[in-house]
Amino acid sequence: MKRFAEKDCAITGVGMSEVSRGSAKSALELTVDACLEAIADAGLKRGEIDGIATWPGERADGSGFSPVGSAALQDALRLEVNWYAGGGEAPGQYGAVFNAIGAIAAGLCRHVLVFRTMYEATARKTAFANALIRAGERQAGPFAWYAPYHTYAAALQQALFFNLYVHKSGIRPEQVGQIAINQRRNAGLNPRAIYRTAITIEDYLASPVIATPLRLYDCDVPIDGAAAIVVSRLDGARDLRNPPIRIEAIGSSMEYRNSWTQLDALDTQAQPRVAEMMWSRTQLTTADVDIAQLYDGFSFHTLNWLENFGFCERYGAKDFIEGGKRIALDGELPVNTGGGALSAGRLHAYGAVHEACTQLWGKAGARQVAGDPKVCATSTAGGPLAGCMLLVRG
Amino acid sequence: MRPLPELTDENHAFWTGGERGELMIAFCKDCAAAIHPPQLVCPRCLGESVTPRPVTGTGAVYTFTVNHQPWHPDMAVPFALAVVDIDGAPGVRVTAQVIDADPEAVRIGQRMEIAFEQSDDVWLPLWRPSR
Ligand SMILES: [Zn+2]
Repeated sequence: MKRFAEKDCAITGVGMSEVSRGSAKSALELTVDACLEAIADAGLKRGEIDGIATWPGERADGSGFSPVGSAALQDALRLEVNWYAGGGEAPGQYGAVFNAIGAIAAGLCRHVLVFRTMYEATARKTAFANALIRAGERQAGPFAWYAPYHTYAAALQQALFFNLYVHKSGIRPEQVGQIAINQRRNAGLNPRAIYRTAITIEDYLASPVIATPLRLYDCDVPIDGAAAIVVSRLDGARDLRNPPIRIEAIGSSMEYRNSWTQLDALDTQAQPRVAEMMWSRTQLTTADVDIAQLYDGFSFHTLNWLENFGFCERYGAKDFIEGGKRIALDGELPVNTGGGALSAGRLHAYGAVHEACTQLWGKAGARQVAGDPKVCATSTAGGPLAGCMLLVRG
Repeated sequence: MRPLPELTDENHAFWTGGERGELMIAFCKDCAAAIHPPQLVCPRCLGESVTPRPVTGTGAVYTFTVNHQPWHPDMAVPFALAVVDIDGAPGVRVTAQVIDADPEAVRIGQRMEIAFEQSDDVWLPLWRPSR
């Protein structure tokens, strides 16, 4: 079998800052907290970090979407690295991890610090967080096509995609609601989660409609916080503090229209061939997966990934999640075990990878999935953004 | 006021065709591909004879949403936003707000026709149910 570069890489440490709906700390402080925790968790010293990667890089636009980039972190910690990168044009939020794999494969780095910082809770107190479009400015780029129609938020665009999915799949709101309910139940067992009080299907159905068919509880929670991981060369990972979590396979392709309005199939987004790529790089199959941390910027994304990873058939997610049993902590495929972005906070897929490692290391406390999970599928999403990884302990 | 697009060589025809009541879509003269967003090189045959021409301005709703969230204090809600498959331009979809309709009555597959609203130097396409 051809040798794939990601198989020579492993996650060796994870870190997370405090995550809140408004922090007393600055975005850079939160980033430093998460990064130092990840370095220590890996059993490394600061001087052993020789690479930095982040997605989408610093955006000093006041939105809190990405207030800290690789340059700011490098200088803040006076890291001496062989390579660093931060940029948004990548296969989804895990683009930074894929870049780190490339740097390791190229022999540039042994231990790459990968992080993601969000400061949207504070930002939205003075400005509209995650605003893709600003009033009063002429719009250029991909969102210009939406701009005149007051489509300021990702929620409105994703509602267009989600509605087509509902139309084609026939999923009912009581079924969609199982994603939010399951994650809130998991969040109740996660001391770091933002929202921990259980919700019922009645609560879900009563939550405000943002844009049909998206309800409030289908949307992730803007937070202030940062998450970090250390991606190491596997041969340098074996003797560290944690059992290495190998990156068994990645999906990073883009074979569709790279557009938010002209995507080939809005109801599946860019995920199907990304998932195919990942499965083509491993002997493992869906039957080997113990847990799944599926992107949940909106619950619709999680539904998409259940199907696109092949855990159920196309448009079969409604039956798969019916009643919520299969995706529960004690179900056949525990999904978003820490509460996900919907309940634990929007760390934009990096909360998911942190949770994946926490579970695979058996450190998840009250929410620990039984049976010693070893394999986790995890993913990112949003329109043309899509990337995924299969993580395996040992 | 609606946020307006920056006009470029590529998109100028699309955003100003409404002055004549025309929905302008870019087509390749060599292979007849419809190209959207408009670009000056054909993505199919790589030919450089791409020119905008009017289409009928009708189509069918591919998907839509009814927005209930006032993203700004002065935003009137609810309103429907529709992605419409354009007749005569295979593969091209135009997203715009729906007017002259009960937002809750919009349906996937519904026939729509184009309308325009001028704002500064831009004629914004809008969708209204076909009569
Ligand atoms: Zn052509």
